Amino acid sequence: MQLQYFLILAAALFCIGIFGLITSRNAVRVLMSIELMLNAVNLNLMAFSNFLDSLEVKGQVFTTFVIAIAAAEAAVGLAIVLAIYRNRDTVDMEQFNLLKW
Amino acid sequence: MTLAEGVQLVSTIILSVMMIGAAIGVVLLSNIVYSAFLLGGVFISMAGLYLLLNADFVATAQVLIYVGAVNVLILFAIMLVNKRQDFAPMPKAWVRRGATAMVCAGLFALLSTMVLATPWSFSTTVPSSAGAIKAIGRHFFTDFLLPFELASVLLLMALVGAVILARREFIPESAVTDLQATPLTLPERPRELVPVGGTPSQEESK
Repeated sequence: MQLQYFLILAAALFCIGIFGLITSRNAVRVLMSIELMLNAVNLNLMAFSNFLDSLEVKGQVFTTFVIAIAAAEAAVGLAIVLAIYRNRDTVDMEQFNLLKW
Repeated sequence: MTLAEGVQLVSTIILSVMMIGAAIGVVLLSNIVYSAFLLGGVFISMAGLYLLLNADFVATAQVLIYVGAVNVLILFAIMLVNKRQDFAPMPKAWVRRGATAMVCAGLFALLSTMVLATPWSFSTTVPSSAGAIKAIGRHFFTDFLLPFELASVLLLMALVGAVILARREFIPESAVTDLQATPLTLPERPRELVPVGGTPSQEESK
């Protein structure tokens, strides 16, 4: 029952992240929601690594990779937000229609 | 139930409630500075859950990288783009929020039933964190060597890309010659300040 508990917790965190990703209008908050979703995936991987694969801890290896990728994503994403803010003078997601149509 | 199991259960419940509450606060609070600090709370409670899952190395990495680097980076970004503006209210905003909430609740219900209905094949060995770091290091340098090296290359690319994206524009070619005198600094065009309260139409007409 322990594994299911952690998986449901990760699913709840993932759904909160999706909700924030779609509904938030501040661009920095969108990046924070993406971090929440990556953390939910990490929690899934760690639960699998502990309960199903406790000798070869491959889930922890994957989690380390995901943490590294998430750090790179946060750096590049915040740089993009900063560049858009310099150009458009706002962080409102509704006014970022540069690549829309 | 022994004492250790009781402590484990209570700390799991406390960390879960902290994590879900802080995540909801990140999404729903209107002040984004509070959201950033609550995001740090989410990361720290996640590190506690990793400790409960016998992964002390990843818990340490979580605290170091997420709380120490990513959260501080987000705080710096909030300080750099802090405009204190109220977004223009959109018509039919509640339709979007309601539809998104319904879709997220449905997805959560789907995932929960999938998790509860799947017959998991549990490992028979008792999990322990004793040899986990050695196992992770062995994986890094044997069968996950190529992703490990690719991750380092990707981190270098992200470093250079973030610097290139976030710095100001290049100066025109005619003015390069007299500005090259100062060493260790990249040449930059002196930035024209955006007038406060400028409308987007003025920005585009420049």
